[in-house]
Amino acid sequence: MTARIVVGEGSCGLAAGAAAVYDALKEKLAGVDAKLGITGCVGACYLEPIVDVYDGAGALHRCVRVKPEDAGTIAGAVKSGDYASLADIAIQPEDEGFLSKQTRIALRHCGVIDPESIDEYLADDGYQALEKVLKTMTPEQVIEEIKISGLAGRGGAGFPTWFKWNAARQSKGEEKYLICNADEGDPGAFMDRAVIESDPHNLIEGMMIGAYAIGCSEAVVYVRAEYPLAIVRLTEAIKQARERGYLGKNILGTDFSCDIRIKAGAGAFVCGEETALIESLEGNRGMPRLKPPFPAEAGYWHKPSNINNVETWANVSWIINHGGAAFAAMGTENSKGTKVFAVTGKVKRGGLVEIPMGMTLRDVIFGIAGGIRDGRKFKAVQLGGPSGGCIPESLLDTVIDYKSLQATGAIMGSGGMVVMDDSTCMVGIAKFFLDFTTKESCGKCVHCRIGTKRLGEILNRIVSGEGKEGDVELLEELCNTVKAGALCGLGQSAPNPVLTTIRYFRDEYDAHIRDKKCPAKACPALLTYAIDKDKCKGCSACAKKCPVGAISGEVKKPYSIDPAKCIRCGACHNTCRFGAVTVE
Amino acid sequence: MQTCNHPSVDLTLLEDTLAEYAGVKGSLISILQKTQEIYGYIPIDAVYRISERTGASPAKILGVATFYSQFRFQAVGKYLILLCKGTACYVNGADRILDAVSDELGIGNNETTEDGLFSLSVVACLGCCSLAPVMMINDKTYGSLTPDKARQILRDLRKEAEAQ
Repeated sequence: MTARIVVGEGSCGLAAGAAAVYDALKEKLAGVDAKLGITGCVGACYLEPIVDVYDGAGALHRCVRVKPEDAGTIAGAVKSGDYASLADIAIQPEDEGFLSKQTRIALRHCGVIDPESIDEYLADDGYQALEKVLKTMTPEQVIEEIKISGLAGRGGAGFPTWFKWNAARQSKGEEKYLICNADEGDPGAFMDRAVIESDPHNLIEGMMIGAYAIGCSEAVVYVRAEYPLAIVRLTEAIKQARERGYLGKNILGTDFSCDIRIKAGAGAFVCGEETALIESLEGNRGMPRLKPPFPAEAGYWHKPSNINNVETWANVSWIINHGGAAFAAMGTENSKGTKVFAVTGKVKRGGLVEIPMGMTLRDVIFGIAGGIRDGRKFKAVQLGGPSGGCIPESLLDTVIDYKSLQATGAIMGSGGMVVMDDSTCMVGIAKFFLDFTTKESCGKCVHCRIGTKRLGEILNRIVSGEGKEGDVELLEELCNTVKAGALCGLGQSAPNPVLTTIRYFRDEYDAHIRDKKCPAKACPALLTYAIDKDKCKGCSACAKKCPVGAISGEVKKPYSIDPAKCIRCGACHNTCRFGAVTVE
Repeated sequence: MQTCNHPSVDLTLLEDTLAEYAGVKGSLISILQKTQEIYGYIPIDAVYRISERTGASPAKILGVATFYSQFRFQAVGKYLILLCKGTACYVNGADRILDAVSDELGIGNNETTEDGLFSLSVVACLGCCSLAPVMMINDKTYGSLTPDKARQILRDLRKEAEAQ
């Protein structure tokens, strides 16, 4: 068998330099009996660029952090058959654990098949579920199977998928629409991008199964504009599926007809909310509608519509192929199946992690992602993006399911998991999210528009050293008012980052307000820079670097900083080679 | 309709887009995206032309255009820098990258350098969180940035532009 060399070309891989690696391999493999190809993102983003080398017997030799100059080594190994020569770039056992400890359903093809080839998808059971559904099942049976699976919306709300499908099916009307929410706006979540870039046919197949179950003849994928590669790959996949008869009129020779088109979003976080997304699809400002009526009754163009997010669709074909019961066998009593998390921040191994519900946060952060890097200490994990919350170390044994996470004040959300160490200020992170929601508030309702603005102002005061006694109580009161009064999910959940940081890290708020200190040493206005006379060698490097001339002294004698002039930029601290500049 | 103080643009470039979309309901955002592809921004003259052809009022068109962060109303430089300030980038020091880029180019967010080479735009999340901090320049993503690395990338691009 011919050896195969596959380069991971998802956005992360490309950002890490995969295109240059591919070009170098192409050059070095000229004349060698080997097939060079691409795949999407396997999810071990921290190891990119990743090159999978399958030898003549089909065994995988995974190479990581590959540079263009390694192409010769890889070509040499393929030519000689001496794969041990890849040792320097081979994946290490602890890194293999990152992938082997996962259970992959939604991501099962990601980083395995070529996303630009329908044949590779077909070779891995692709479109078999669609064929099974169209030829052997009634729409009611499909909905029943999804009900048995217990699949719930993976975009954040966790609403039972079968219920939405059934409601849209039961709605009166000839014209019904199917919508895929690919407006993955939570900063820190990127599983939907990975699915579209790495396995676009799986999304198409899932959507067509849903369209058949509900009775839709038109489907739209609303993709955020920041994902250009996803749009390119999905466009190509739709074209291929149409050519092979999996999309369009009389799919697979049956009476069922449905087509998909792509609509590129234009950058608005609130459009992840389903009614705002519909407004945007109709060419308007993306402002949420009042519910009810729900989209199942009156959605796109006020016709019955069903909206699910990418990860939800990515589970559908697997459920049909393996049965709802197999999916429901994984997870906890109230949360079935697997969930993909985007683990990022201060972890050793960052990337996409798909695990069965029921594992603990500790299993994911320490067991799979390797814990905190640079020898620092875990402080908090932020779940659910701007709608979620920060969970402290004492709750790391919380089981991952919808209910348990909600009980902590955070939410499952779309699966963003940003891990923070002791250098992250918790008041600062609350302010970061409030800045975000203030900017992204659509402005329709007062509670969200003004409430987030005022919350942000109070937080800004606290991190600037101007916090007052009573500020925390004021924040809490305002948070509860915004939660109660906002129209849509964005506003209702915007206070969560503030409430959870107050709940678990009240001492940090108090330190900022009472002592005018930032325990994480992250808020510039609250820092004091000084020079340790015992460590200072009098080299004058810091004085030369200081932009405001706040440092003075004589060469070879200890220097000192004038606190009245110091603007706390940290340049001296970063410059000193002797660790003599202290920060308090 | 006459407006003042703005460069005039060749509106015939819009014809194909308008011919394709003007009669399609719900296509205003697509028209605006095509307009921006053609001109690099949304010229005010184009807003009036879209209004004439679609029947939507200029106020409605501008209302939609200003709602979404993708749309710009001034020409951008040859290199458009999208600097990510998502959560993972924030936690990994995106502020320091922003300071370095601003300092290197002498511009702030949503500004363009005088030579018309670089524009800077801070964005919410580019979805490359494992490589944080990240920036994207004309569809190419640069990850694991440090202030020095970011400066070097900009210097290289400047050299590349000067060589052309």
